[in-house]
Parts: sequence; structure tokens; C-alpha cells
Amino acid sequence: MPGSGRSRPKSLAEARRLVAALALLAAWPVAAAAETVPPGAVAVVGDGIPRPLTDRPGDPARGRAIVVDRQKGLCLLCHTGPFPEQRFPGTLAPDLAGAGSRWNEAQLRLRLVDGRLLNPDSIMPAYYRIDGFVRVARAFAGRPILEAQDVEDVVAFLATLREEPVKKESP
Amino acid sequence: MRRLVAIAGVALGLAAGLQASRGDERRSGATFMSPQTQALQADDAANPGMLSVADGQAQWSTPAGPNGTACTACHGDARDTMRGVAARYPAIDAVSGKAVDLMGRINLCRTRNMGAPALPAEGAELLGLAAYVGFQSRGLRIAPPTGAAMDAVRDAGRALYTRRQGQLDFSCAACHDDNWGRRLAAAPIPQAHPTGYPLYRLEWQATGSLQRRFRNCMTGVRAEPWPYGSDEAIALEAFLMDRARGMAVETPAVRP
Ligand code: HEC
Ligand code: HEC
Repeated sequence: MPGSGRSRPKSLAEARRLVAALALLAAWPVAAAAETVPPGAVAVVGDGIPRPLTDRPGDPARGRAIVVDRQKGLCLLCHTGPFPEQRFPGTLAPDLAGAGSRWNEAQLRLRLVDGRLLNPDSIMPAYYRIDGFVRVARAFAGRPILEAQDVEDVVAFLATLREEPVKKESP
Repeated sequence: MRRLVAIAGVALGLAAGLQASRGDERRSGATFMSPQTQALQADDAANPGMLSVADGQAQWSTPAGPNGTACTACHGDARDTMRGVAARYPAIDAVSGKAVDLMGRINLCRTRNMGAPALPAEGAELLGLAAYVGFQSRGLRIAPPTGAAMDAVRDAGRALYTRRQGQLDFSCAACHDDNWGRRLAAAPIPQAHPTGYPLYRLEWQATGSLQRRFRNCMTGVRAEPWPYGSDEAIALEAFLMDRARGMAVETPAVRP
């Protein structure tokens, strides 16, 4: 980068080493900051998952951003909810308004991690499971839809939704 | 105002032809579209899919292969010889005993009967020929072949249609049988009847095949799409055509 004062890598090998070092750096803080329960090791108790997936408390603001992100959380492809700025939500699934008064955090966590454990016919995707899928696209194989901390952030956000659900006519 | 009325009239007429008879809940994807898009499909002068039909018509009489044979050499006037053909594909190819779809059948004529190389999947030439042949069935009812061999292919297709797939773990049926008419974000979910292919999709800005549409739905649920011409894709085509038996062919349709 001209004027940045940083020297450019001189060879391909050097560039590769730099990339490897950067990748290590990027992975480092996550591993250090939070103890994470891997998918498959999540303990279900009754109709919930009482133990958080990480030891860092969920961040509701970040959770909201994930919920409305149509590439990441994907929620609004199917759900309506209390998101006045969001246009064209889907109409395949219940309104998210009031989710936090209907369910406690443990119940919300299970519904997000793998709702099929409660209702095998549900279309709600399992956000924190990596096995039992068929023909997963290469780019997504072997990883959950959301990372552990994302799940905690979304749970923290949904728990704040205490409003009355909007009565909607079914389409 | 008069223009609006005209558009509405065209759209209504189109919708009437695309709704299956009373007591039958089946509806063409066209009935889920805006009146503007319906009008675009109904007007041959405006329908961009008609460009593919014209392209196919030109190819129909263009010689190819070492002997310089054209489709006309054996099939004559497509308006007579290809009438109703697209309405009964996929079908079993007698030579290999395997199911082929319309594009596969056209490529068999290229390789076996003309000594010419197969045309690439999803290329303008193959889409054009398929659109031209498909156009000769427009308005006719879908009438897939009967028989045990095709039944086996359709059963395989049905199994794929009802199987959950991809990281989002959806079956085709979860959307197209259980939730048609609802919206996936802004898009109304149609019933997935393959009545109009090849068709012009506004999102593609191009004419494309039914198999390309499958790829869109597969990647939507984060599943690995089937390769073009694979047994799975043909089986699913055969199942969907049987599911749409009796509905009218719309080729070349327009979709959002
Ligand atoms: C998550 C819901 C969903 C799933 C799962 C899904 N589709 Fe679709 N499909 C759609 C939507 C939405 C459209 C309409 C797209 C548009 O108009 O933008 C569509 C369109 C189609 C069409 C076009 C119909 C027409 O009128 O031309 C076909 C065919 C189709 N899907 C087949 C399939 C098949 C086969 C599968 C399974 C491999 C599948 N879909 C899975 C949502 C889905
Ligand atoms: C040398 C003769 C010959 C030429 C040239 C030829 N075909 Fe064929 N075609 C056949 C024969 C014979 C069949 C019947 C099936 C078979 O036995 O292979 C056939 C079948 C078909 C069918 C299926 C018809 C049905 O009723 O199921 C289609 C579609 C078709 N051809 C398209 C084409 C197209 C498009 C071209 C030009 C690119 C073409 N054919 C060129 C001989 C030819």
C-alpha cells in the first residue's frame, strides 16, 4: 500500500508466512476469550439448554444485528418481528415479538440450537448442529449456521422481546 | 388508464388459463406474479423468452456435423413434428433404457444422428432449441409417459423432493407443498410446477432451464446442487412433470 509505511512482502513464501501469521492472530482472541461448548456436546435439560454455550454473556445489540442480517441470522426470511425498519419479512414462521415473555433463556437456546429435538417436523433450521445433514454445500460443510457466541447474542436479544405479539392474519 | 385495463385484461385471461380446473388447487407459478410480469409473459412481442424461441427456430434449419445435417432433414417442419413433444418429457430413451429430458434428447440427436458434439448445458444454443421445441407445445396439456420404467424414475424424484437437504435442512415439499402462497422474505412461494421451461427469469436476465431453477433453490437452502443432466436432476424433473400432469405448457414463460 503506497504511503502506508509498511514494507511489502518480498516473495511468495514470505507472503504465505504473513497470511498464516495473520490467520493465527485472528483465531487467537476467540480461543482465549471464551470457553466454548462445541456442537454435539450441548446438554439438553427438559425443554431447554440451561448452560450458555460460552462464558461470555450474550450481547443483545449484536444479537439484534444478527437476527436482521439476511445472510447471517436469516431469521427474517421466515419470521416477522418487531423490526419496523426491516422491509419484506417472510411469513412462514411465528412473529418474534414477545418471544422473551413466552420462553426463558434456556428454552430460547434449545429452540435456536436444534428445535427439531422438540418438534421433528419443524422447518426451523438447527443453528448449532453440524451432523445429520444431507448434501450440505461445500462452503458450509462441517460448520454450524451460527457460532457459539452468535447463538448467545441472539438468545440475549430474544430475551429482551417482551412486547405483545402483533396479531397478524395468516396469509 | 386504458393501458392499465388492457394489462389487467391480459393478466386475467392468462390467469384463467393457468388455474387448474375447479377442485384442483394446482396453480402455475405465473399466477403468483405481479400483473406487470404476467402481462410481459402474455405478450409475445414483449416476452424476452421469445428471443430464445427465435434463436432455436434459426438453428432448427442450420446444418451441423460432418454431413451438414440440420434438424429439418429428419424432422421437417417443427410446427407439425414437434407438437406435443415437450409435454411428455422426460421420457425413456429406447437405446440406453435411461430417462432423458428434452435437452438430453436434443443432444442425443446431435451426437447419434448428426455426428455433432453435444451442446453445452445452459448455453444459448441448447436453450434456444429447447425453447423452440417447447413452444410447439404451448397451451397443450402436460402428458408424461406411463410405464414401469418411468414410474421408477418418478419415485426416485419424489424421494428427492421430500428429503430434507442442505445446512438449512429444508425439503422441496416443505416450501412448495406445505407453504406455497406464503412469502420467503419478499418472494411468494409458488407450487413449483415446471410448466414454462426453458423460461426467461428477470433475476437471471436470461433464459434458463428447470435444472438451473433447481440449483437456485438448492443453494438457497445451502445444499450442493446436482450437476446438470445428473440422474437426480432428471428424476426430479420427471416427478414434477407428473405432478403437473394436465396443466398447460407455457414455454417460454417469464418469472421474477
Ligand atoms: C425455502 C423455500 C424453498 C425451498 C426449500 C425450495 N424452493 Fe423452490 N422456490 C422457492 C421460491 C421462493 C420460489 C420463487 C422464486 C422467485 O419467484 O423469486 C421457488 C421457485 C421454484 C420453481 C419455479 C416454479 C415456476 O413457476 O417456474 C421450481 C420449479 C422450484 N422452486 C423447485 C424446487 C425444488 C425442486 C426444490 C427442492 C430441491 C425447491 N424448489 C426448494 C422456495 C423454495
Ligand atoms: C438424422 C436424422 C435426425 C436428425 C438430423 C435429428 N434427429 Fe431428432 N430424432 C431422430 C429420430 C430417429 C428420433 C426418434 C428417436 C430415436 O430413435 O432416436 C428423433 C427424436 C427427436 C426428438 C424426440 C421426439 C419424440 O417424439 O420423442 C426430439 C425433441 C428431436 N429429435 C430433436 C431434434 C433436434 C432439435 C435436432 C436438430 C438439432 C434433431 N432432432 C436432429 C432423428 C434425427
